[in-house]
Amino acid sequence: MFREPHAENGARVATGTAPLHGDAPEPILQVEDLVACYGTQRVLDGISLAIQPGEIHVIMGGSGSGKSTLLRHLLGLNRPVSGRVRLFGKDINCIDGQQLFELRRKTGVSFQGGALFNSMTVGENVCFPLREHTRLDDRTVRIMSRMKLEVVNLAGCEDLMPAQLSGGMLKRAALARAIVMDPKLLFFDEPSAGLDPIVSAELDELILRLRESMNITILVVTHELDSAFKIADRITVLDRGRILMTGTVDQIKGSDIARVHGLIHRIAENEIVDVDAYLQRLTGMD
Amino acid sequence: MVRVFTENLGRRVVGGVEEFGYGAALLAESLYWLTMGRFRQQPVRLAAVAAEMMRIGVYAIPVVAILAFANGIMMALQGVYTLRDFGAESQVIPGLAMSITREFGALIVGIVVAGRSGSAIAARIGAMQLSQEIDALRVLGVNPVRHLVAPILLAMLVMVPVLTVLANFVALLGGGLLCSLQLHMSLAAYAELVVANLGVFDLMQGLIKSLVFAVLIALVSCSNGFAASGGSEGLGQRTTRSVVFCIASIVVADMIFTFFLSR
Repeated sequence: MFREPHAENGARVATGTAPLHGDAPEPILQVEDLVACYGTQRVLDGISLAIQPGEIHVIMGGSGSGKSTLLRHLLGLNRPVSGRVRLFGKDINCIDGQQLFELRRKTGVSFQGGALFNSMTVGENVCFPLREHTRLDDRTVRIMSRMKLEVVNLAGCEDLMPAQLSGGMLKRAALARAIVMDPKLLFFDEPSAGLDPIVSAELDELILRLRESMNITILVVTHELDSAFKIADRITVLDRGRILMTGTVDQIKGSDIARVHGLIHRIAENEIVDVDAYLQRLTGMD
Repeated sequence: MVRVFTENLGRRVVGGVEEFGYGAALLAESLYWLTMGRFRQQPVRLAAVAAEMMRIGVYAIPVVAILAFANGIMMALQGVYTLRDFGAESQVIPGLAMSITREFGALIVGIVVAGRSGSAIAARIGAMQLSQEIDALRVLGVNPVRHLVAPILLAMLVMVPVLTVLANFVALLGGGLLCSLQLHMSLAAYAELVVANLGVFDLMQGLIKSLVFAVLIALVSCSNGFAASGGSEGLGQRTTRSVVFCIASIVVADMIFTFFLSR
């Protein structure tokens, strides 16, 4: 099912990764025929996908393809018009608040801009989920948060405010907060956006290392091709609210679907110009 | 033309009803978390309440004191000069005592807190909404109303009445200083007259109003913050709207309560 691990990249070989062949385990996240609209505009149209335990699944697509909207639906932040999102086997739109709360304790999210609480230090941000959801004493909470900051190479930064961090540090701090409760599923929105190639590559390595060390399933939303090809077991290509294809990196690279090919090889689309529609847009007249 | 007007009117009415309903839901949910949170192992944090009480109440003491003092002097001045023409200067003190405790103490505090804290709350929650911090709270399994609104509501309910008591005292002091100069009486005699003319109901009237103002400021500013969208422009609009709606709702609520409580 997944791409064979590269021998030179030990980080790709994860303990607990779903079997490459044979019986597939129950998906950790399953989306069935999801439809979402903003007003009258349909932004997601019949999305279906399944994320298997232990895999790194990348959702890739251009700007306006519906990636962020899909992520919001997977997180239960938006309600779909129709369709289902099953997280750990439960439809997140049909369960009560307490059950959703329990499910969310098993997941971690790193937002595109980090979404760290600006009024708290980095350390307090990382401690926040532990203080809210556990009865651990303050000393233990601090030790655990420092451990996670070590994992993301931010040791010694716990007293800094989010405004004092660089873009890469912000993403890593957000990642530390996302993993502090040892989630089974991690959502990562645009890990490489706005970062230079070196920091971006470091973050890719960190994602691979996390999967290896924590036996964690990771869903990454990105439009960065290099990053997607480096970390993904499987990639889902999204375009105009629809899934073009789902497959391994090699399958995506070898796809003969024109729009997938165009996305991978950065070929600009030649829009077919409807002269009448164009004039109508210019003049505003029917 | 008529159709467009009717459509716009209908849209605004629906929007207004929706906003009122959202505010009511925020109030109900906040009260739920304040009373039931502890039993659900998700209490409203006292540290957050204390921090809000500092921002809303303690840091507002200087500006409330200055405004109340100036207002007390102005009211005494107006009273002395107006009533002098009728030879009724001695009636300034009862008028001053009742109008400050029933009306102006609470109103001054309401307007100061709406302008100072209402705008800050709307801007803070709005900025959190735009930077996805509210989303982050949700996905971390933390209810934003419990974490953000309930502490603000509780802090408002405590601090606005406390500031009102302070404003009453300082405004009466300002009026007393003016009266002692203009009417050639001692502050002790002034204080005796004030106490003699004030009943518990006069004090309670102002305090009841201050509680209503506290709820209005908390709900209007929080709901405007949560509704922020459209970047910095949208955040600025929501902050301005929050202050305008807070002050307007305070004045209207004051009028309604004065009508019923004075009968």
